[in-house]
Amino acid sequence: MIKIEHMSKSYGPYPAVIDISFEVLKGEIVGFLGPNGAGKTTTMRVVTGFTPPTEGDVTVGGYDVVSHSLDVRRHIGYLPETVPLYLDMTVTDYLTYMGEIRGMNSSWVKERLPKVIEMVRLGEYQNTLVGRLSKGYRQRVGISQAILHEPDVLVMDEPTIGIDPIQVVETRELISNLGEEHTMLLSSHILPEVSAICKRVLVINDGRIVADDKPDDLSEKLQHAERIEMSVRGAEASEVINAMRDISAVVDARSDKRAAVMQRAEREDFSPFIVDARPNVQASESIAKTIIENGWGLSNLTPLPMTLEEIFLELTTEENLGE
Amino acid sequence: MRFISVIAIKEIRTYFASPMAYVVSAAFLAITGFFFVASVSDSFAEASIRGYLAGAVFFMIFMSPALTMRLIAEEQKLGTLELLLTSPLREFEIVIGKFLAAFVTTLIMIGLSLYFVLVLFVYGDPDIGPLLSGLLGLSMYAAATLAVGLFASSLSSNQIVGLVVGSGILTALTIIDFVSERLSGVASEVLDAFQLGASFSVFDLDSFGVAEGGHFADFARGIISLTDIAYYSSITAVFLLLTVLVLEARRWR
Repeated sequence: MIKIEHMSKSYGPYPAVIDISFEVLKGEIVGFLGPNGAGKTTTMRVVTGFTPPTEGDVTVGGYDVVSHSLDVRRHIGYLPETVPLYLDMTVTDYLTYMGEIRGMNSSWVKERLPKVIEMVRLGEYQNTLVGRLSKGYRQRVGISQAILHEPDVLVMDEPTIGIDPIQVVETRELISNLGEEHTMLLSSHILPEVSAICKRVLVINDGRIVADDKPDDLSEKLQHAERIEMSVRGAEASEVINAMRDISAVVDARSDKRAAVMQRAEREDFSPFIVDARPNVQASESIAKTIIENGWGLSNLTPLPMTLEEIFLELTTEENLGE
Repeated sequence: MRFISVIAIKEIRTYFASPMAYVVSAAFLAITGFFFVASVSDSFAEASIRGYLAGAVFFMIFMSPALTMRLIAEEQKLGTLELLLTSPLREFEIVIGKFLAAFVTTLIMIGLSLYFVLVLFVYGDPDIGPLLSGLLGLSMYAAATLAVGLFASSLSSNQIVGLVVGSGILTALTIIDFVSERLSGVASEVLDAFQLGASFSVFDLDSFGVAEGGHFADFARGIISLTDIAYYSSITAVFLLLTVLVLEARRWR
């Protein structure tokens, strides 16, 4: 449904997105993950026809976003990051207007509006001024305008930003349900959200796509740094860390400062450490050997599966770690 | 066309749902009423709406940008422009829709002031020609000033900037004859041709605030000239087109 080929977008001399390519198939829910300023919003603005790409081809449902912008816009429901609302209109008036400028006729609006309001549970507020609603409810109004005209493709930019935790859970549920009948591109900088909702994750950083995978596979495939947890006694922390860093398979080592681990380890005078190693080099073996050779005590040596959160951090903050 | 009317109707409803339309109408009626009374209360005064027209064209230099300042600037501020521009709408439909909303609101306002005409018919014997041509001219003048105001509103997300820029352009077009007086030859004629019609000598009861030789003077006298119609239509069209271009350029930033 969405196809991006070698797309770049610059604002004047500043590149926001550099040569990205990906495809979102019909019915897929794709999460777009990256820190602020990575290029998520820019990419979404290109996809929705708000701004044209500087280079490359972008098509939605087979229509080019530049030459057939109107056709693209007819097929897209878009929720921008700052939910755009007319604060002095009631919920019903606002949604009716949004439906009409999306090309719905009044009988379609009349038939569809109650269903959408029911779906997002806005019933008791339908005659309230949008400006009087809480942030979570405004978000629902924003989602309503995106789905009202039954678009094939939904593009949502940070749909849960700035709303309270209970409403975040509800909003996520709502989005998950929407995903059953829409092709969806959803951006977020919150990892659990993306892994809960999306079947596929694109990680973007500095305008480039750095990973494209299922949330589950992402951790396996991208183990360019294997993480090992261990407890050692009989040496100063700095001695251990330096010794670890001397091992060729090890990228970095540090004391593990998590309180629970500390307590457990300290009872037996062990100091906990975290060691990041290169993938597929059997680092545990050389680590164990080094510790034994130095005559220190070793109580545990456990490879850790990385959480998506850590992968995200690795990918976006320490990109060159593996090289 | 459907999109234009959807946008126009929404904007008209917004005007009348907020104090804007009422406050501006009240000010418009008060100011034009003052000029009307001043122009007809002398003994042997002419039973015409020239005083009313003078007040109206003068006041619209500030009133039109005040009416339009919200239209596009606020969409940019609220972020709703992003929704409009990602809806299957063309830029010109947005611009024309909003322009029509402001124009209809202004026509309603002019309509409210028509009791002046009634007063003339009750107490005097006004000449119907200048009356009709004056109202036609006023509508065209209003359209031109609203187009300038709408253009100013598209320039930033700040409404006050829209108001100041809009009134600034209109004021410049109004006082352009001060400049042309100090020039001679072609330059002077060209500048004169751009004079908007009102005059800041609005309290001079002889000229009644309508610039002599400006595009409004003939309308006020009862003459409908093609030059004047072309002038106001061109100003309207050019500034609406500029507004469309500003919105289109926004995409490329």
